[in-house]
Amino acid sequence: MIAERHINAAVLIGLAAVPLWAVWTDEPFTITLATRAAILALAAVGLNIALGIGGLVSLGHAVFFGLGGYAMGILAHHAQTFSPLDLGPLTIQGTKSMPVIWLTAVIASALAALLIGLLSLRTTGVYFIMITLAFGQMFFYFAISWNAYGGEDGLSIYVRNGFPGLNTLVPIQFFGLCFAALVVALVLHWRLRASPFGLALNAARQNPARVETVGLDPLRLKLVAFVVSGAVTGLAGALFADLNRFVSPTMFSWQLSGELIILIVIGGVGRLMGPVIGAALFVALEHWLGGLTEFWHIWLGAVLLLIVLFARGGVVGLLTGKAGPHV
Amino acid sequence: MSAILLIEQVLNGLQFGVMLFLMAAGLTLIFGVMGLINLAHGSLYMIGAFAAAWVADATGSFTLALIAALTAAAVAGALVELVVIRRLYSAAHLDQVLATFALILIFSEGTRWVFGSFPLFLDIPDALSGPVTLPGGIQYTLYRLTLIGGGLAVALGLWGLTARTRLGIRIRAGENDREMIAALGVDISKLYTLVFALGAALAGLAGALVGAIQSVQVGMGEPVLILAFVVIVIGGIGSIKGAFIGALLVGLTDTLGGIFLPELFKLFMEPGAATQTGSALASMAVYILMSAVLIWRPTGLYGARA
Repeated sequence: MIAERHINAAVLIGLAAVPLWAVWTDEPFTITLATRAAILALAAVGLNIALGIGGLVSLGHAVFFGLGGYAMGILAHHAQTFSPLDLGPLTIQGTKSMPVIWLTAVIASALAALLIGLLSLRTTGVYFIMITLAFGQMFFYFAISWNAYGGEDGLSIYVRNGFPGLNTLVPIQFFGLCFAALVVALVLHWRLRASPFGLALNAARQNPARVETVGLDPLRLKLVAFVVSGAVTGLAGALFADLNRFVSPTMFSWQLSGELIILIVIGGVGRLMGPVIGAALFVALEHWLGGLTEFWHIWLGAVLLLIVLFARGGVVGLLTGKAGPHV
Repeated sequence: MSAILLIEQVLNGLQFGVMLFLMAAGLTLIFGVMGLINLAHGSLYMIGAFAAAWVADATGSFTLALIAALTAAAVAGALVELVVIRRLYSAAHLDQVLATFALILIFSEGTRWVFGSFPLFLDIPDALSGPVTLPGGIQYTLYRLTLIGGGLAVALGLWGLTARTRLGIRIRAGENDREMIAALGVDISKLYTLVFALGAALAGLAGALVGAIQSVQVGMGEPVLILAFVVIVIGGIGSIKGAFIGALLVGLTDTLGGIFLPELFKLFMEPGAATQTGSALASMAVYILMSAVLIWRPTGLYGARA
């Protein structure tokens, strides 16, 4: 059995090494795949804060991913058409600057998470799963019917947004940005889990009644976790939109929410590196199986079924021989 | 905005609601008795529709097609229960969501593999096609009217089954206390398979009936599945009465919202903007309804437990 920290180090080094090796051998597409994996991992690391530590099974995290994506899409769209965004008393100029877009994405998704969390955390269990799903569908249908930003067709952004001091059009530099964001989010998750807040949240997942008797409010703990979680997933959405230079309502789809949960479960629920392993395997499977057969989803489904039925704890669980994280 | 249009739309809403009820009844039974969230219920709907379209194409008989839909969905449901679902009853909701999501992937891609990506078509039987004149001179499609009648009959039958028969007593007992009825000598695993197959057959029937007015294609189950979830969450998970009321509410809200919200906004906005705002809001209306119900009553209208 391998210690979890060794697995963690190996995964992180592996994810950084693959694109560097691809630069060496001049295979830009591999860098794009690695970037995709890093961004999906970032989104799932966000979800893992709510799901892994807080036990909140949100089937609507695509809301935040999509909001991040549209924050990028809308700002960059106004910048590339040189038309300011008119919000009644406030007029905002579009921008092609990544830091500004990221900040907007994080704030927008945190606000949405605050609102959705306030309304849906009153419910528990299946009802929570379903109400988050319903919020996801609300945003999805809204995005489809809102024609000002492309409606069902989505928005294309012609040139990738810029970051001061970097040339984001070079694949490896953009990968570096995404990888850095992922590492920051991982450190956040790690510090959060060890903090008094994380311990209390963990306790609230296991036994809310006891947490309440020691004078803590489980609802508030979960709400904060949900907001942080949504903000991280929102940042991932902005990066994902920049990777594809395209946003569409599918970023809000419930299948995407489902896939984010899948990433976490493949890797291992509540594990620091679970989402990273899950995302890397998912992108690899998608690429290889997708190349072999048009019907690769059958095999993804089969793998997933086997993991749920026979390998509780996912890949990290298998490697460490422990089904759940020690908390 | 005439009275005739209003009545027509109410009938459309009822027809939609009644079909949603067929889906939601199975889902809510399965959750009530086994405590299982079955995301793959939409796949059973799709299987029913494909079986019906295939048999109707081969034999030309709509009755045979319906029988095929019921059988195929029930058999698929029973098989899935025996092979996969059975292992999930004691698992966490997260595992149930994932395993049944995996089943969706397998069923959808498997169907695409067998039947291809192009939609199939299932024709309305000649005896039921064409319009019928209702009292008051309203023209309405006979087939849709039959769907409303058929759906209500199934609802009544389901009520009779749960309220009046021995099987119904066992189902209700299973909802209240599984361990106790197992201790009383009821073969609980057989009961579970039966309930699952029953729910699956209802979904398959809905798929075949709706398949005749829409196209039969891969992925047709998921939008209906999500609406059926909205229905049972509004009604309270586990309650058939709640599912019925929820289904009619959702069916009417969705249909009437799409027609009347844009008109409503035209009263105080310019037409272009009104149509856009109205239709955007209409597509979100059922989800807004659901959130409102849940915020007001966190376990739905007739839900007993969370």
